[in-house]
Amino acid sequence: MVHWSAEEKQLIASVWGKVSVEECGAEALARLLIVYPWTQRFFSNFGNLSSPTAILGNPKVQAHGKKVLTSFGEAVKNLDNIKGTFSQLSELHCDKLHVDPENFRLLGDILIIVLASHFGRDFTPACQFAWQKLVGVVAHALAHRYH
Amino acid sequence: MVLSPQDKTNVKGVFSKICGHAEDYGAETLERMFTTYPQTKTYFPHYDLGKGSAQVKAHGKKVAAALIEAANNIDDIAGALSKLSDLHAQKLRVDPVNFKLLGQCFLVVVACHNPSILTPEVHASLDKFLCAVGTVLTAKYR
Repeated sequence: MVHWSAEEKQLIASVWGKVSVEECGAEALARLLIVYPWTQRFFSNFGNLSSPTAILGNPKVQAHGKKVLTSFGEAVKNLDNIKGTFSQLSELHCDKLHVDPENFRLLGDILIIVLASHFGRDFTPACQFAWQKLVGVVAHALAHRYH
Repeated sequence: MVLSPQDKTNVKGVFSKICGHAEDYGAETLERMFTTYPQTKTYFPHYDLGKGSAQVKAHGKKVAAALIEAANNIDDIAGALSKLSDLHAQKLRVDPVNFKLLGQCFLVVVACHNPSILTPEVHASLDKFLCAVGTVLTAKYR
């Protein structure tokens, strides 16, 4: 089980409380597909991903980004049992979606950049630490049931 | 990973806009890296890594200068950073995984202070550039 200090929990909650899940989720997924274009391999049915503009405006990307970040919110609500929280999603990503877990790490790093751009100086080094730890734990949990 | 002409333009654009703050950004990049990835501190046992450390500021200035040099010679990063590449291979031997961590923190610093510069396209170009720099610095490791 991961240990979270009181300060880490507070930093995570305080950032999450101000996040627009719809906006940040869409932006994070879009940036993933733009910055690491090989990740588009999982979204061949999303329609037009031919340019950054197309990706940013793509309604399927926006909807899926929102879905992904909403799910991420479950980790924030269940910091003491992230593995359990994502157990089924982990199986899904392995057995049905066939996603290399490295992609969870890539998305996590992108989410950090999105948060940094939204929160500016408020996204302090301590904040970044707590959030990089969180995205790392989420990535690990999503990979945990892989076989 | 090849930098396209557009990537080069994007990277040069970023550095032209931030060059006035380069030293501060270098120091903050290191501060964030030491805080976010404590294992990176193992390369600096001889440093005072406390907040406001003069050593971290000075080293941040060096890191920033190297990135600027690479951006100014973006058509030949390997040539521009050849001596630094030798240094990292022969003396410093920083594990290659750490360049990605530094790169992530540099992106965070740019995002925090200049979100409007870091459009998705520029983000992609800058990420590629930072990867290329890391590759050059570890190229002679073995």
